[in-house]
Amino acid sequence: MTTTPVPGSAPHGPRPPRGRPLLRTSYAQHMGLLNTPGKRWSTLVLVIVGFCAPLLFTDDLLQVLTLGLFAAIGAIGLNLVTGYAGQVSLGHAFFIGLGAYTAAVVGGDTDGRLLGLGMPMYIWLPAAGLVTAAAGLLIGPLAVRLRGLYLAIVTLGVVFLGLHIFREASNLTGGPGVGRRAPDVELFGINASVSGGLPGLDWTRDQQLFVVALIFLIIFAVAARNIARSGVGRAFAAIRDRDVAAAVIGVDLAGYKLLAFALSSFYAGICGALYYTVVRVIEPTSFDLLLSVQFLAMVLIGGVSTISGSIMGALFITALGRMAIEIAHYVPFVSTSVTGGGLLNVFQLEGILYGLLIIGFLIAEPRGLYGIWIRVRNYWKGWPFSY
Amino acid sequence: MTTFAQAILSGTAQGAIYALLALGFVIIYKATHVISFAQPALMVCGGLFSYHFSAVLGWPFWPSLFIAILLGAALGMVIERLALRPMVGKPVFTLAIITIGVDVVLRVLANRYIGADSRALRYPGGGERYELLGLALSHRQVTIIAVTVITVVSLALFFRYAKAGLAVRATALDQETALAQGVRVGAMFALAWAIAGGLAAIAGTFIATGSGGIEQDTWIIALKALPAIIIGGLDSLQGAVIGGLLVGIVEQVTAVYQAAYLPFLGANFSLVAPYALMLLVLLIRPYGLFGTKEVERV
Repeated sequence: MTTTPVPGSAPHGPRPPRGRPLLRTSYAQHMGLLNTPGKRWSTLVLVIVGFCAPLLFTDDLLQVLTLGLFAAIGAIGLNLVTGYAGQVSLGHAFFIGLGAYTAAVVGGDTDGRLLGLGMPMYIWLPAAGLVTAAAGLLIGPLAVRLRGLYLAIVTLGVVFLGLHIFREASNLTGGPGVGRRAPDVELFGINASVSGGLPGLDWTRDQQLFVVALIFLIIFAVAARNIARSGVGRAFAAIRDRDVAAAVIGVDLAGYKLLAFALSSFYAGICGALYYTVVRVIEPTSFDLLLSVQFLAMVLIGGVSTISGSIMGALFITALGRMAIEIAHYVPFVSTSVTGGGLLNVFQLEGILYGLLIIGFLIAEPRGLYGIWIRVRNYWKGWPFSY
Repeated sequence: MTTFAQAILSGTAQGAIYALLALGFVIIYKATHVISFAQPALMVCGGLFSYHFSAVLGWPFWPSLFIAILLGAALGMVIERLALRPMVGKPVFTLAIITIGVDVVLRVLANRYIGADSRALRYPGGGERYELLGLALSHRQVTIIAVTVITVVSLALFFRYAKAGLAVRATALDQETALAQGVRVGAMFALAWAIAGGLAAIAGTFIATGSGGIEQDTWIIALKALPAIIIGGLDSLQGAVIGGLLVGIVEQVTAVYQAAYLPFLGANFSLVAPYALMLLVLLIRPYGLFGTKEVERV
C-alpha cells in the first residue's frame, strides 16, 4: 500500500519487502511466527490435513492421534520449563494427575459415589490449569534454591508424594485399581464425548474428540510459541544458558523460575484434564515415574526448546505402543498376547523401544526429530549447494 | 522406649541396604559426574543373578553372592562403555536421561525373567533371631549390617590407600588434570561403574532374601537411595552412608508411630516418608548435610 521499504534501512515492521520473502530487515521479521513462504504453506497444508484427518483415518487410529495431540500440550509445558528455562523436572506426572483429578472433581456428577461439583467445561478446564499452576508455584521455592540434578531428584520425590496422595484421597480419586470417570467434553451445548454430538454431522466420538484436540493444541502451541519468542522466553533462555550470568544482566531469577514452573504446570493441568476425557477412567496409580519419563522422552526425542518438536515427539511416543503392535505382525519372535510365548510380548517390545530410542536419539541426534527435520530442510534449502 | 529402639535397630538394617545403593550412586557421580538412574535395574539384575545361581543352579548362598557381585560389576562396565562413554562431556542432564533409558531396557528384560511370581532367595541363616535387652534382630539383619560395614570400610581403605583408589579420587577432582597426570580416566569411569554395579548386586541379593523376594516392582526400593544421597549431599561418601541409614531409620520409625499419631497422612506413609524428609532437608540445606556448595563463576 505504501512505498516499498529500502533494504537495509530502518526496521519496517514484521513483513519483509515484496518479492524478497527471505530478506530480514528487522528483529520483528526475524522472530515472526511464519516468516517464510515455506512455513506459511506447510502450516496451512498441515492444518487442512489435520482437519480432514477425521474423514481419512479409522477410529482406532484417530484415538491414538487424539491422545498424541493432547499429550503434546503437556509435552509443550514440560519443554517450557525443561527445554527453554533449563529447569529439569521429573515431576510432570504429578501435575498431569492433579489436572486430571481437578477436572474430574470440578466437572464430576454431584450425586455420584465420589465428590463432584457438576460444573460445565468452561469452568473445569481453566480450574484444572489454575489449580495445577498453583501447585507448581508451591514447588517453586525449591526450584529457586536448587539447581540441576538436585532439582531433578526433588521433582522425582514430588511424583512419589503425589502418588501417595492420589492413592489415599480415595473420596476424590476413587482409590487405586478403581479410579473415577473423566468429565465429558461439552462446550456451548455440544457434547463431543458422545457419538453424533456435533449437530448435522454423523460423526463418532473419536472423530469429534480428534477435532477438539486439534483446536486446543493449536491454541496452546501458538500461545507457547509466543511466550518463547517474547521477553519471557529470552529470560528463560538466559537462565538456561548461564543462570549466574542471567542474574548479572538483570534477569529476576526467582521470579522467572517460578513463572516457568507455573506455566509448565498450567499446561500439564490442561493436558491431564483433556487427555483423560479420551481414556475415560482416571486411575490414581497411573501417574507414576514412568509417565514423567514418557513426557521427558517426548521432549528429548521431539527436540529440546522447540514447540513443533514437542508435538512431533508426543505423537511419536504415543504411537509407539501402536507401532509395537504393527511390528509384532512382521517379527516372528514377538507375541501379541500378554501371557503368550515368544521371546517378548508387545508391551515388553514397547518398553525396550522406549529405552533404546531415548539412548539412540541422545547419542546420535541430540536435537531430536526437529533436528532431523532441520537437516533435511537445510539440504533442500541450499540445493544444489548442499554440502 | 523398647519399641522406639527396636524401630531404630530394624531401620538401621534396612538403611544399610540403602547405604550400599547410595554409595553406588555417589561413586558414579563423583568419578563421572553422572547421576545414574540405571541403579534400580542394576540392583534387580544383581539380585536375579544371585537367585539364578543359588535357587536355580543350586549353588550355596555366599558363592552365588560373589558371582552376582562380579556379574553386576561387569554389567555396570558394559553399560558405561556402550551408553555413556560416547557421551563424555555432554550436559549432565543428557547423561542422566540416557541412564533412564538403560534402566527401562534392563528392567524390561529383568521383568521378563521374573514373570508373574516373586523370586525369593532362601537365606542360609534361616529365621534365627538374636535378642538382647528386649531388642530382637534377625540373623539376616545382622548379616546385612556386617556386610555393609565390611564393604564400606574396605571401600574407604581402597580409596585411601590403593593406587587405583587414588586415581579414582584424582579423576573425581578434575578429569582433565588427572588425564594430564597419566591417569587412565576411561578406565576409572569403568571402575566406578563396576564398583556401583557390585554394590547394587549386594543390595539386590539381600533384598531378594527378604520377605517379598524380587517382584516386578521391587526396583522402586532402589530409588529410595536418591533421597539418601540428596540428604547426605551428592558428592559425599560418608554422607551417602549416613543418608542411607537415616532414610532406613526414618522409614521404620514412621511405620511404627505414624498410624497412631499422624493418621491423616494415610496408610503406608512410611514408604514415601524419605521423600518428605528430603524436601525438608533441602529447604534448610540446599546441598544436603555433607555436600560441598557449588561455587560458580560466570
